[in-house]
Amino acid sequence: MRKTSVLERVRLFGRAGIDVVATLGRSTLFLLRALFGGGSRNGFQLLVKQLYSVGVMSLAIIVVSGLFIGMVLSLQGFSILTKYGSEQAVGQMVALTLLRELGPVVTALLFAGRAGSALTAEIGNMKSTEQLSSLAMIGVDPLKYIVAPRLWAGFISMPLLAMIFSVVGIWGGAMVAIDWLGVYEGSFWANMQSSVSFREDVLNGVIKSVVFAFVVTWIAVFQGYDCEPTSEGISKATTRTVVYASLAVLGLDFILTALMFGDF
Amino acid sequence: MQNRTLEIGVGMFLLAGLLALLLLALRVSGLTVGSSDGTYKVYAHFENIAGLTVRSKVTMAGVTIGKVTAIDLDRESYTGRVTMVLDEDVDNLPLDSTASILTAGLLGEKYIGISVGGEEELLRDGGTIHDTQSSLVLEDLIGKFLLNSVNKDQAN
Repeated sequence: MRKTSVLERVRLFGRAGIDVVATLGRSTLFLLRALFGGGSRNGFQLLVKQLYSVGVMSLAIIVVSGLFIGMVLSLQGFSILTKYGSEQAVGQMVALTLLRELGPVVTALLFAGRAGSALTAEIGNMKSTEQLSSLAMIGVDPLKYIVAPRLWAGFISMPLLAMIFSVVGIWGGAMVAIDWLGVYEGSFWANMQSSVSFREDVLNGVIKSVVFAFVVTWIAVFQGYDCEPTSEGISKATTRTVVYASLAVLGLDFILTALMFGDF
Repeated sequence: MQNRTLEIGVGMFLLAGLLALLLLALRVSGLTVGSSDGTYKVYAHFENIAGLTVRSKVTMAGVTIGKVTAIDLDRESYTGRVTMVLDEDVDNLPLDSTASILTAGLLGEKYIGISVGGEEELLRDGGTIHDTQSSLVLEDLIGKFLLNSVNKDQAN
């Protein structure tokens, strides 16, 4: 076995660093060119089609998981709050948890798994079958025609999905609390309304989901565009999309929460 | 034809998202449209604000007329200074109105209740309520009660 010298190790380390920076640079240029490259003639049609496959097709998983998460929150909250005799606060707990944290974060994670991986695989497959380069050859910019509509569709649909998630979750929580556990309906909603503020809680949640939408879609589309054009490369890129997007969402969530609700 | 169903689907999706935002705003956060046009600021000094928090409500006769926007310590008098924002509609509070910190229920949230005074002059923007009643601190109450019973024992 050949012994690697210290200098060789330093060189490898340096190359890894350069690779990271180069990927960051490539992805930023890619994003800028895709977003500000100007619209294509039938851009709206393309966007609608992507909104359908990215947004509408994700509705089912979002609604079902939102419903169950809301119901579980309500059950768990009730069993703890009832020890302190304040079970009417369960509405406040469910609403704040969903609006501030779970709505944006779980939506982003589900979105990365459901739509992000599909985006990566689709674009990667286009690349490996040389559809992207053929498009470029006949004078159509693949960034404008393929990438931009997918990016915009992700940016638009994820905040909407997050809000739908929160609403369905709150509704599920209300159903469990009021109809099953017997919390008085009036105090359930009154408690929620007095403690949830539109600007601090609802809007901050929406801002969070906009940031997550941006990051997740960007990672997904770029990984597809930048993947090695082989079947193995596509599978690696798809895995990377889900892993990177989930980590980025969870990490950013901490930073955003500290900035929004950290009181400093 | 296939394009049509697709567009309808997207349209429904967008509408559902907007409806969700509307529901969150009106039903969950209780946002009322167009009520935040006019407010004015009033200060009050309390001996002890224990438990009062920013965004607590300010009520009069049980009706919410404003909220607490800031709480800080007044360095000169060592009292807690509470900044409240009241609705412009309620601009006829006499200068000697009383502000007291109350509790909703036994363990509920703290809020400020204002009762009307009798003076002719009115509270203005930036004015201060001087007549205040601090929040009930259970520990103080127990301490007083114990002291009282000890005194009684000694008297006997």
